[in-house]
Amino acid sequence: MGRIVRITGPVVLADGMKGSEMYELVRVGEEGLMGEIIGLQGERATIQVYEETSGVRPGEKVERTGRPLSAELGPGLVGTIYDGVQRPLTEISKRVGEMVKRGIYVPALDRERKWEFEPRVKKGAEVVEGDVVGVVRETELVEHRILVPPGVGGKVVEVSEGKHTVEETVVRVEGPRGKEEIRLMQTWPVRRPRPYKEKLDPREPLLIGQRIADTFFPIAKGGTGAIPGGFGTGKTVFLHQVAKWADADLVVYVGCGERGNEMCDVLVHFPELKDPRTGRPLMERTVLIANTSNMPVAAREASVYTGITLGEYFRDMGYDVALMADSTSRWAEAMREISGRLEEMPGEEGFPAYLASRLAEFYERAGWVKTLGSDERYGSLTVLGAVSPPGGDLSEPVSTNTLRIVKVFWALDTALAYRRHFPAINWLTSYSLYVDGVEGWWKKSGEDWKGLRTEAMALLQREAELEEIVKLIGADALPEPERAVLESARMVRENLLQQFAFDEVDSYCPPEKQLGMLKLMLRFYRRCMEAARDGISVAEVRKLPVREELARMKKLPLEEFRKAEKELERRIDEQFEGLRRGKG
Amino acid sequence: MKGGSKGLEYLSVREVSGPLLVVEGVRGVAYGEVVEIVTPSGERRRGQVLDARENLAVVQVYEGTGGIDTSRTRVRFTGETIKFGVGMDLVGRIFNGRGEPIDGGPKPIPEDEWDVHGAPLNPSSREYPSEFIQTGISAIDGMNTLVRGQKLPIFSGSGLPHNELAAQVARQAKVLGEEEKFAAVFCGMGITHEDASFFIRDFERTGALERAVVFLNLASDPAIERILTPRLGLTTAEYLAFVQGMHVLVILLDMTNYAEALRELSAARSEVPGRRGYPGYMYTDLATIYERAGRVKGKKGSVTQMPILTMPGDDITHPVPDLSGYITEGQLVMERELHRKGIYPPINVLPSLSRLMKDGIGRGKTREDHSDVSNQLYAAYAEGRDLRALVAVVGEEALTERDKKYLEFADAFERRFVNQGRDEDRSIDRTLDLGWELLGMLPEDELTRVDPKFISKYLHRKAG
Repeated sequence: MGRIVRITGPVVLADGMKGSEMYELVRVGEEGLMGEIIGLQGERATIQVYEETSGVRPGEKVERTGRPLSAELGPGLVGTIYDGVQRPLTEISKRVGEMVKRGIYVPALDRERKWEFEPRVKKGAEVVEGDVVGVVRETELVEHRILVPPGVGGKVVEVSEGKHTVEETVVRVEGPRGKEEIRLMQTWPVRRPRPYKEKLDPREPLLIGQRIADTFFPIAKGGTGAIPGGFGTGKTVFLHQVAKWADADLVVYVGCGERGNEMCDVLVHFPELKDPRTGRPLMERTVLIANTSNMPVAAREASVYTGITLGEYFRDMGYDVALMADSTSRWAEAMREISGRLEEMPGEEGFPAYLASRLAEFYERAGWVKTLGSDERYGSLTVLGAVSPPGGDLSEPVSTNTLRIVKVFWALDTALAYRRHFPAINWLTSYSLYVDGVEGWWKKSGEDWKGLRTEAMALLQREAELEEIVKLIGADALPEPERAVLESARMVRENLLQQFAFDEVDSYCPPEKQLGMLKLMLRFYRRCMEAARDGISVAEVRKLPVREELARMKKLPLEEFRKAEKELERRIDEQFEGLRRGKG
Repeated sequence: MKGGSKGLEYLSVREVSGPLLVVEGVRGVAYGEVVEIVTPSGERRRGQVLDARENLAVVQVYEGTGGIDTSRTRVRFTGETIKFGVGMDLVGRIFNGRGEPIDGGPKPIPEDEWDVHGAPLNPSSREYPSEFIQTGISAIDGMNTLVRGQKLPIFSGSGLPHNELAAQVARQAKVLGEEEKFAAVFCGMGITHEDASFFIRDFERTGALERAVVFLNLASDPAIERILTPRLGLTTAEYLAFVQGMHVLVILLDMTNYAEALRELSAARSEVPGRRGYPGYMYTDLATIYERAGRVKGKKGSVTQMPILTMPGDDITHPVPDLSGYITEGQLVMERELHRKGIYPPINVLPSLSRLMKDGIGRGKTREDHSDVSNQLYAAYAEGRDLRALVAVVGEEALTERDKKYLEFADAFERRFVNQGRDEDRSIDRTLDLGWELLGMLPEDELTRVDPKFISKYLHRKAG
């Protein structure tokens, strides 16, 4: 047992800690506050404490636990809101009221609740690590697969079907290391990636129902993406949209150092929202980790690790998991704060020198993998991080180091946000390196998605070039074909790129509709260019009633859109034909 | 070990630097505990332990270190955290930045002693704010709606009328159709005597002082005290809201001065600085203030914050507005150009935002067309402002007819919608009708952001 010699904010120094390990969990002071060893010098340990340290004195004890900070993994995770070190917040508020008090220990998984265990193995079978020994129906949307923990395996000697708590043994195996028990719950140290058999190149899109993403800058299942932007550009709204509509089996949302009311927003609205594919409340597939900006800073540092460990666990069951970290900048700042208290030599802008490697390690835990286990099982963990660059300046360390790693960059633009162009993702600076990878998936639907996308991107690029000229000489001075480009690009921006997150219908746009809308816009563009070449002025085109109908197609539900699509195509052709005839 | 240092007095101040004291030879000092300091002249000061070691403590002195020496100054560790006596007695009173009455009245009798640092509110115990507050100001109500329990700062610049706006909001703010207990808490940090007396006069004139609690740390008061002032105010606000069930509006003026005090303290501790010399933990520190706004499940009251900060050099990317914007639920941005044009309040609605607006407006709250109208007004005004920049280069002749209409619209929007009297209290209906009048200046097929059924219901009604 050690003894405290110094306290400054969340950092505590303790003597007499011989034999302790790096990242070991400790209990600090008389109240037994939760802490983690982050530095060792001889018998002196540096500890970051996950709770407020006011009132702690030098001389108080520090107890070792002999194990690292770990996550509890088992039935009961889904639909729960945890803090950064996996304490269930709803349960805590039931016990101690509305303020988060310190020194409170509530296990992450309910110890009393019984779950119906349905075995998938029989006595005598051989199992290896990662095999599914049985399932628990956790929610309507999630079948919780009970896995043989990594490092365990052998012959099944006992299976016990029926109702069990998470701590009870459901399967006993006899292997080379002797008898081992498999419970509904296992634990895993959060800073260590969970093992898998093989990592594969992502090739399926993670559809999120947002046109700017799915159509223009797709993210793949198992991919990584970042969404940097100044305040008010809509990072959180966009990540909430992903959490709502992504075609993932599970969503882990980490609110890292952000607003309390935002987490409350998720808690209020997700149970009301329905999964578009199953019609069940979205909360039935969501796990929330909330360490708001006013909660202890060390727990904020831990929160992204807790989140990603839960994500990997569900991936190992063979699910597609999407993890959102909002915001990785707050996580980096927490590292900076702790580093400053340790009086470490700072790197760029006061961030610790290991910032880049920590970010890389984190994003590298994403991936599409062949999981452990004897069956051919594949799972994916997609990681999306918000970045909050100070002053919206992307040359700061967190942004630059993140962009070196991630494959999708959704660039939020303050100028677009000021004009209420939402999502305020700049189509010229954003990129996705998964375009080629996911092309095969779109081809299955028989449409040339990549070709259409390229055509639309070229139109937007052309518009940007022309805008430069317009700034100098005004739009009136441009020749008709150029003005037709501007008009068509404006239609694409307003009708395709803009998507209203709070509109009942437009909030989620299915891929089929996205493709349909893209085709209609490009048809309009082509007709518009033909007309311009035939000497029809853009002023005439602007009077076409079909323009307004195209503007309203966003608000059509998929069924209605399907019906209207052919008709809209016909009307575009017909009305342009009318213009030409009127001229002739 | 508990309370090991309690009551013991030390004469062992080794070092005084800026607002900090280093006290040697101490035993069992707790991190964060309150320290009482008696200067050689007998003056009492309060401080707090920032660094507790086995035989040494670093203490930050809230009332400044002037007059403290290293031989005769006595230091006593109290074993307590910083507390403030709260109660209904505080209402109607004026205090200095450390919570002592300065209005000549008696010391208030507290009903309870609360830790001024509060505790983080459990996110799952929060009630999502969604009750519309009508401020009577169109640029706020129509475009950046305030709701109960929100933290919505004013980003201003020196010389802009943010004080007038804050006072007007405090005066006019109400929730429609309800008669409820309402209070205002005003915290001045490093403000001038004139600013302070402006608010007090305004509160007195309108009778608002009877339901207000005022904390004043003036520019001449110790800077370090500013760390304490907003926390006293928020502790009072939380008491009034969650014990007394009142709806409390907290005005914090000026957060830039607060941040500067934080920087001063950090420099004195020779910490590694972050951007522009502000400490790396400023985000977390500001969050412990701003996050103390909100509503709590099962409690009647609410704490709504309207912090005011002046952007040095009108620069919105300066660390103080920047970090604030990342924590608060939106911002109202004042613009010098509008002010010069004589527009009051000079709120530029484009960079302004209210994040909680979506749930506070619409049918049953404001009006069914609110969201559409405000979206359309935004888009049209943005287009108009873009065109203004273009006109400066190419001249108005190069514009199309359509563009000219947008230009006219932008001017009218500023003059008629944003601009209003300092005592003018517009109802939300009036604000939205005004919005429709302005939208009527544009060709109808340009109004793609509004539902056609609202066009026929509201636009045509006005036309007819």
